[in-house]
Amino acid sequence: MSNVIRIKKGLDISLEGAATESIVQLPLADKYAVKPDDFMGFTPKLLVKQGDVVTAGSPLLFDKYRPEWVVTSPVSGTVSLINRGEKRKILEVVVTTDGKNEFKEFPVKPIRDLSREEIIELLLGSGLWNFIIQRPYGIVANPKDQPRSIFISGFDTAPLAPDMNFILKKEADNIEAGLEALAKLTSGSVNLSVNAEGETGVLNKVKGASVHRFEGPHPAGNVGVQINHIAPINKGEIVWTVDVQNLAIFGRFIKTGKVDMTKTIAVTGSQVENPQYYTIINGASIGSILKGKIKLQKQGDSVRIISGNVLTGQKVEENGFIGFYGNQITVIPEGDKYEMLGWAAPRFNKFSASRSYFSWLMPKKKYDLDTNINGGERALVMSGIYDNCLPMDIYPIYLIKAIMAGDIEKMENLGIYEVIEEDIALCEFVDPSKTEMQAILRDGINAMIKELN
Amino acid sequence: MKATRNFVDKIKPNFEKGGKFEKLHSTFDAFETFLFVPNTVTHKGSHIRDVIDLKRTMSVVIFALLPALLFGMFNVGLQHFRVFGEINISDPYTFDLIWKCFWFGFLKVLPIIIVSYVVGLGIEFIFAQLRGHEVNEGFLVTGFLIPLVMPVDVPLWMVAVATAFAVIIGKEVFGGTGMNIFNPALLARAFIFFAYTPYISGDKVWVAGLNKAPEGIVDSYSGATPLADITNALTEGAHMVDWSNGTSPMNWFIGTIPGSIGETSTLAILLGAIVLLITGVASWRIMLSVFAGGYLTGLLFNAIGLNAAMDMPAYYHLMIGGFAFGAVFMATDPVTGSQTNTGKWIYGFFIGVLAVLLRVVNPGYPEGMMLSILFMNAMAPLIDHYVVQANVNRRKKRLKTAVK
Repeated sequence: MSNVIRIKKGLDISLEGAATESIVQLPLADKYAVKPDDFMGFTPKLLVKQGDVVTAGSPLLFDKYRPEWVVTSPVSGTVSLINRGEKRKILEVVVTTDGKNEFKEFPVKPIRDLSREEIIELLLGSGLWNFIIQRPYGIVANPKDQPRSIFISGFDTAPLAPDMNFILKKEADNIEAGLEALAKLTSGSVNLSVNAEGETGVLNKVKGASVHRFEGPHPAGNVGVQINHIAPINKGEIVWTVDVQNLAIFGRFIKTGKVDMTKTIAVTGSQVENPQYYTIINGASIGSILKGKIKLQKQGDSVRIISGNVLTGQKVEENGFIGFYGNQITVIPEGDKYEMLGWAAPRFNKFSASRSYFSWLMPKKKYDLDTNINGGERALVMSGIYDNCLPMDIYPIYLIKAIMAGDIEKMENLGIYEVIEEDIALCEFVDPSKTEMQAILRDGINAMIKELN
Repeated sequence: MKATRNFVDKIKPNFEKGGKFEKLHSTFDAFETFLFVPNTVTHKGSHIRDVIDLKRTMSVVIFALLPALLFGMFNVGLQHFRVFGEINISDPYTFDLIWKCFWFGFLKVLPIIIVSYVVGLGIEFIFAQLRGHEVNEGFLVTGFLIPLVMPVDVPLWMVAVATAFAVIIGKEVFGGTGMNIFNPALLARAFIFFAYTPYISGDKVWVAGLNKAPEGIVDSYSGATPLADITNALTEGAHMVDWSNGTSPMNWFIGTIPGSIGETSTLAILLGAIVLLITGVASWRIMLSVFAGGYLTGLLFNAIGLNAAMDMPAYYHLMIGGFAFGAVFMATDPVTGSQTNTGKWIYGFFIGVLAVLLRVVNPGYPEGMMLSILFMNAMAPLIDHYVVQANVNRRKKRLKTAVK
């Protein structure tokens, strides 16, 4: 086993509402949905219309420019609603379940007999191709590319994130099957990064990948940070990444030929009664997961439901659906309240990475943070604090400024190929000037994609 | 709190677009956000945010400046009464004496602070309104720094003109706080230094009343600062610096000497430095490297030893003039200083080196600190450019090895 890679920079934000180690199997929900916006780079076209009957694994949408790229239904039932937004943009395709949970059968063989092309075909047809995310850019991979190598992060260090070793306890076989299939997709290595502290965990024992052990604060669990420490991405190179729970789903599919999107998510946050783990099928309605689990709010108070973690997740409504890549739902209070002279107050109950407040004196304390932006947007003034949040050889502020200036060459030189939103989320969190860095970075990535095509 | 909030909500529409006082929107917004942290919630990106904002950051700096200001007020009175013979240098520091000195200084310094804030904030509000921005908190610190680097007898109109120059030419033409190249407070001082030199140099401007009333002063008490003593020694070609009033390094450290309002007490400045370093608001790299640069240069000159200033113990430099104040409060300005960690070491070090170099070699400009910080402000982007370029080169080199 290789040496431990120690991440020094970063920040653990300790929040109230971590999931306790118990898993509850939720009954089949009434409604499931896929959201085209979850798939980076996807231009959706419908393959079904309202009232069509589908099974788990039948295609619902395809990409306008790459028709073989499809999104499939997670359950069997009837297409009950196609939710459109402005300019008739497709927001959600909702499937009402029939309670039978029937699967479309895909022809599978033992993995060792499958060729690269067959695997790609299977994944594309089943919609599980969407699990493969390419770096640079963090978009869904293009099957025509030859990735230099493949990376999987076996742990999540984001606030209140699920313990992967816990939720995947029984999935070792599926993960190993997934790894075996992935190995056929690249001529390079398949790398699994694990938490050095989880020695006894299932992921620390699986076979079929080069294992790298990491240690340190968030974002040590981000695959981008891990790639940067194992073998950084150079201009022109492409690597693929897969979320580790999705890898298990992928292995399950390759073994059985069924698109079984069952997964375990952590329901967390200060406003959740009894935060713990739940087993669901991907795309389930938020209502079916959270019903009766949100704490009663006082009059005038409201909560924010996040599909994902507090740093990078998507805001969803109670009648919405969990995101395709979500392993977690977080519920925190909305911060739509004024605070008199808040900037001068001691604010013992709030968290700051800087030592201008007192949270640094209470490292064990858990915080109940709300969504208030805590200030107003300003020009970037401070320096140094951002570097401390990004454990890569990158100057985040210079990169952000290059993007704001629209300087493609500088973006490239300063390392835009190596980061996506989640990697700089902490910089955004600590920023006293309240700059929307994740949004700016995505704009920069989109500009790069446009420029190079 | 409820009542205040209701009142603000009631008058708020007048300042919105289409309201009666639409043109005062930025001003209103500045006061509103001063009273209340707004209720804005995150809508993109990270859902939770650190509670720190620029108001907090700037308040920490102001808090750190308080010891220097309070001591400065006391010292203004002390120097004045000593020169006019009301207090002897040997008098013990009783409570009455301290209070008398402080009150005198308070009344002298307060108008300078008010002028600096009114002029500077007025301009900031106008520019914020024109640009449709919120008012940036940067001037809260600048407006506080300007009085502290002024001689106490500086005419108020001059403070007003210098502040206006610093804010408009030093900051707003570059796009406002965050975009400026030079430290605005130092620019204000430099403006007076070059435009109205007699008001900010020599032996007589540092003590209140000394310039205007040559009668009644005590012969044995001089208004010369230690820096002026060095200059005099250099111009006279003396072998040793003759320190006015027989002051010792201990006096310089405590700060009971003539000088700019907030710059004399190394002790008070160090108290501020502790606040800045604990909170992490100022860069310890810059602070440390400025002192290191100054001290090492002092040692180097000790080894050469060609004139009185060179022979002076190196640590003297760190306590006299504006060295400590500049190192702690001016050089560490995050906007005008170097922004990369490597750059901060270089930037700070050269400020220290240049400040001592100017003092020792060029007696024409005794206060080398101001000029060396301004010079390194100009150099900081260049330093950063090379530091960042090194990062770019590492990335390119990695690509080359990968291709092979």
